[in-house]
Amino acid sequence: MNNVSQGDFVTSDGRSIGSALMEMQNITLKFGGVVALENISFDILEGEVRAIIGPNGAGKSSMLNVISGFYVPQEGQVLYRGSLRPTMKPFQVATHGIARTFQNIALFEGMSVLDNVMTGRITKMKSGIFSQMIWKGRAEREENENREVVEKIIDFLEIQAIRKTPVSRLPYGLKKRVELARALAAEPSLLLLDEPMAGMNVEEKEDMSRFILDVNSEFGTTIALIEHDMSVVMDLSDRVVVMDYGKKIGDGTPDEIRNNQAVIDAYLGVSHD
Amino acid sequence: MPDKVLFAMEVMLNGLMAGVLYSLVALGFVLIFKASGIFNYAQGVMALFAALTLVGIKDGQIPFAHLINAIFGTNIHHFGWHLPAFVAIIFTAIVMIGFAWLVQRFIFRHLVNQEPIILFMATIGLAYFLEGVGDLMWGSDIKKLDVGIPKGMNETIELLTYNRFGYGFFIDNLDIFASFLAVILVLVLVGFSQYTKQGRALRAVADDHQAALSVGISLGYIWVLVWSIAGFVALVAGIVWGAKSGVQFSLSLIALKALPVLMLGGFTSIPGAIVGGLIIGVGEKLFEFLVGPMIGGATENWFAYVLALLFLVFRPQGLFGERIIERV
Repeated sequence: MNNVSQGDFVTSDGRSIGSALMEMQNITLKFGGVVALENISFDILEGEVRAIIGPNGAGKSSMLNVISGFYVPQEGQVLYRGSLRPTMKPFQVATHGIARTFQNIALFEGMSVLDNVMTGRITKMKSGIFSQMIWKGRAEREENENREVVEKIIDFLEIQAIRKTPVSRLPYGLKKRVELARALAAEPSLLLLDEPMAGMNVEEKEDMSRFILDVNSEFGTTIALIEHDMSVVMDLSDRVVVMDYGKKIGDGTPDEIRNNQAVIDAYLGVSHD
Repeated sequence: MPDKVLFAMEVMLNGLMAGVLYSLVALGFVLIFKASGIFNYAQGVMALFAALTLVGIKDGQIPFAHLINAIFGTNIHHFGWHLPAFVAIIFTAIVMIGFAWLVQRFIFRHLVNQEPIILFMATIGLAYFLEGVGDLMWGSDIKKLDVGIPKGMNETIELLTYNRFGYGFFIDNLDIFASFLAVILVLVLVGFSQYTKQGRALRAVADDHQAALSVGISLGYIWVLVWSIAGFVALVAGIVWGAKSGVQFSLSLIALKALPVLMLGGFTSIPGAIVGGLIIGVGEKLFEFLVGPMIGGATENWFAYVLALLFLVFRPQGLFGERIIERV
């Protein structure tokens, strides 16, 4: 079923990538009569940057929501580290090591950048409501420990200068970066990025690409991203899934995808018969 | 200073104290509205219910005594204990937390993503239901609530002002106590929301549900938490109002006074609820004192609403509310 053999995949820059973190097997997702995803299978390997691309309405976002566990497909199964993943409530996704960003930025506008990033650590903080209220012992220690991790991420993404700024005052590109910081703060085993470059200018796109690559190489975070800007994806990702009309039409390295006739047709347009 | 000015000052001070009570009720509204977008019409009834429960527990009344007696032909009314106020308050707080959980579990969990008007209607239903349950549980007679709050004129202030101005101000000890209580309550709430994990989660939910879910915050838990806090605020309001004028069912009508306070202060602002309450309190007392005699008095009944109406026309978001910007 997998068209890439597991465990010995070597990227274009010579890194070898681990075993499958997540496997999608014959996923079919329907909304009433509309088939959003039809019999899709692919895997995400530990430590890789996996892109899902496709024209508008191809089902990319639905796919992302299946990966995150937000949608439960009618058919097919999702394997996480080789075993079947249980159905989760939306808020439990984060505890299962999946963090995400949104296409239309979903930040806490009323809070400072620092507080926003700190919310990413909420699942890591175990102290109860009463110790939090008296603010002693475990609560205090936890806050300090988590603060350290957060400051490291803030440094890494070069947003130190705006730490105390309310998010609502930031320009679009920086907001996207804060959202990335919040997702990273959870130290996820899988980071989902929903159109991380949408609405950015060229300079912002280059910055974002650099940060995504740095995150992947520095922290070894597995990243799955959706994007419809082909050029960005080709530079960024180790392997690409191409979707069109809810079906998978291509899967492989960027080079393979570039030469895939079905993909070229989907993007340049041919008559569908 | 002329007597009239001094008297006006006294009226103003008393207005401030009355305003504190409005603020307390408005605070409960703001908390729930911010976190869940629900305009909780039942906040006033929650204050009533909390006060009834407090008296009931404190005086050892048996809940549903009338009902039990009617069904089983028994004649029981009291457990025969009198608990210290402090203990009774803790038990009542626990009851309010239970109430919050029930509301979340049986009403609002089933209404996620519904229109605001539907949520509002649900709270109206809740208000009448809770009023009925309160009646059934504790009886409908007016009860005296005595939790040891000092009452009566504060003599120190009277003496001080008399020596200074030759006119002694009448300020009720209860009002002074209520003001301190409100200040402490607000400080605790602000500290909680700014410096604790749960507070941060609460603000997160208030800002963006989707994003809150994505970082692993359970909306259900936060809503129970916020209804519990609102229940606790209602308890404080109920204690103060109950101590002032007895626990009676007209207490639930203070919710209506909180409406103009919210329109003034903005529905989403905690400082707004406080300042709004104070402005309404002072405004209605001063208006009654200065303009009242000219137009036949009884202005306190409508002054707040007219003020709110003016605000709706000229500054619909209130003094501190979020600016309403609509992109076209």
